[in-house]
Amino acid sequence: MTEAITVSGISKSYGDLSVLDNISLSVPQGALFGLLGPNGAGKTTLIGILGGLVRADSGEASILGHDALGDNMEFKRHVGIVPQELVYDPFFNVREALNFQSRYFGLGKNNEWIDYLLQKLQLVDKAKTNTRSLSGGMKRRLMIAQALVHRPPVIVLDEPTAGVDINLRLILWDFVRELNAEGRTIILTTHYLEEAEELCEEIALMNKGRIITQGKTADLIAACHNLIQVRLRLQGGDIAHLPSHKQQDDSFVFSVQNYSDIPQLLAAVVAAGCVLSDIEVSRADLEDVFVSMIKDS
Amino acid sequence: MGGFYGLLQKEVLRFWRVVYQTIGAPVLATLLWMLVFSHVLGERVQVWGGLSYTEFLIPGLVMMAVLQNAFSNSSSSLIQSKIAGNIILMILPPITPLAFFAAYTSACVLRGLLVGAGVMAAGIWFEPSALPQSPHIVILFALLGGTMAGALGLVVGLWAEKFDQIGLFTNFIIMPLTFLSGVFYSISTLPPFWRTISQFNPFLYMIDGFRWGFYNQGDIPLLYSIIATTVMTAAVSWLAWYLVKIGYKMKT
Repeated sequence: MTEAITVSGISKSYGDLSVLDNISLSVPQGALFGLLGPNGAGKTTLIGILGGLVRADSGEASILGHDALGDNMEFKRHVGIVPQELVYDPFFNVREALNFQSRYFGLGKNNEWIDYLLQKLQLVDKAKTNTRSLSGGMKRRLMIAQALVHRPPVIVLDEPTAGVDINLRLILWDFVRELNAEGRTIILTTHYLEEAEELCEEIALMNKGRIITQGKTADLIAACHNLIQVRLRLQGGDIAHLPSHKQQDDSFVFSVQNYSDIPQLLAAVVAAGCVLSDIEVSRADLEDVFVSMIKDS
Repeated sequence: MGGFYGLLQKEVLRFWRVVYQTIGAPVLATLLWMLVFSHVLGERVQVWGGLSYTEFLIPGLVMMAVLQNAFSNSSSSLIQSKIAGNIILMILPPITPLAFFAAYTSACVLRGLLVGAGVMAAGIWFEPSALPQSPHIVILFALLGGTMAGALGLVVGLWAEKFDQIGLFTNFIIMPLTFLSGVFYSISTLPPFWRTISQFNPFLYMIDGFRWGFYNQGDIPLLYSIIATTVMTAAVSWLAWYLVKIGYKMKT
């Protein structure tokens, strides 16, 4: 089956600054895919290339098999991109903005779908409101509706929940899941790691213009070396000889591979003459993977 | 042409939303030029063919209004979209370079024609004898001139990165070239040196050809004006289309 997005050997520099360095990436159709990385990792530049906003210096990219780097614009019909920056045309109201965006794709009569988008994104009562009067969250919703106005099978959301309240975030999460359940491929960049962990079944981590790793979210978390963290508050004793631990405030944090290792750890601590006053056990999450990988890269 | 109608509708509605500023104000300003100049110079300036100065002045002012407003429409629209960032909303859809160029320039021509029609209607009321004797020539030059000015506005709008640069181009290039293109005088009354210099002004041919459509006479043979205007319109249009095609200052 054709991949939803294929990126091969893409590089992009601005003068001496290399923003993307020989990036290769593949997103299967129907995936809910997370693209993560710190500021300046190159996520937005990569998305810009997929949307025809940025010219790649070299490499190839395609969307559902349609070349995304040449003059042929067919690929644009298959992808909807929500840019990170809040942009709007202050001359028009919400419905007009959606009608124009629809007509840019050659869709003259699209009212039914536009009504659906307005309803799903809770913009019905703002349909006749000028875009400049919308709050930041509403402008974000309008941009999502504009990106979906042509019913694209591939949707790219560049930080869609940045700066929006928790209520809207939950609405968007539900909508993203619904779109994905309909068979659409979703590519999501986000700074909120719990968002990626919650939504994305597969992720790629980017740093300094490169893909550090790509795989199933659960596999990446499971592969993290420090899978289980045991935080112990201790009094007395000497634990310097015990492996895999670090001191944080008044506690010591130990890393173990399995829960079955915990009794052995506690026995070693007691044997070292320590008195245990508190214990806290937690699983590694995506943030641990992220921090660990970024540090290693 | 993918996206042409949507973009054209958007551009027309954009200037129509501020119709007093985009149509009303230029019509009024041009009428004030007409009133002041015809009153002050009406009996002192000699023009050709037994025309009164007011008769001579009206076609020039109409064409000047067409050119300036067509230029202003695309240049201001593009710079606003670039600065506000909403140009992205026009780059992401599959709007072809030709559709982009055609939609922008068509809206420019329409705005230019509306302002020109307003000035012409008031001018005819002011001087009933100022009627086109060859309307097809008037329409030809209005369309060519509007297209050229709209395309030039597109080029400048793409090039500019701030409003100041649009103002620079408008005030230091467009305005002097239109004022010194024979709108207010016949170049036949200029000394030979300045007459020769004037012939390098591209707007001269548009103004003179347009006026020829009113009175079937001009400073320059009609064929020369048609050729010069057509060549210039084609050249500037090609440049505008090419810059859109390569995404000049729209893509990084």
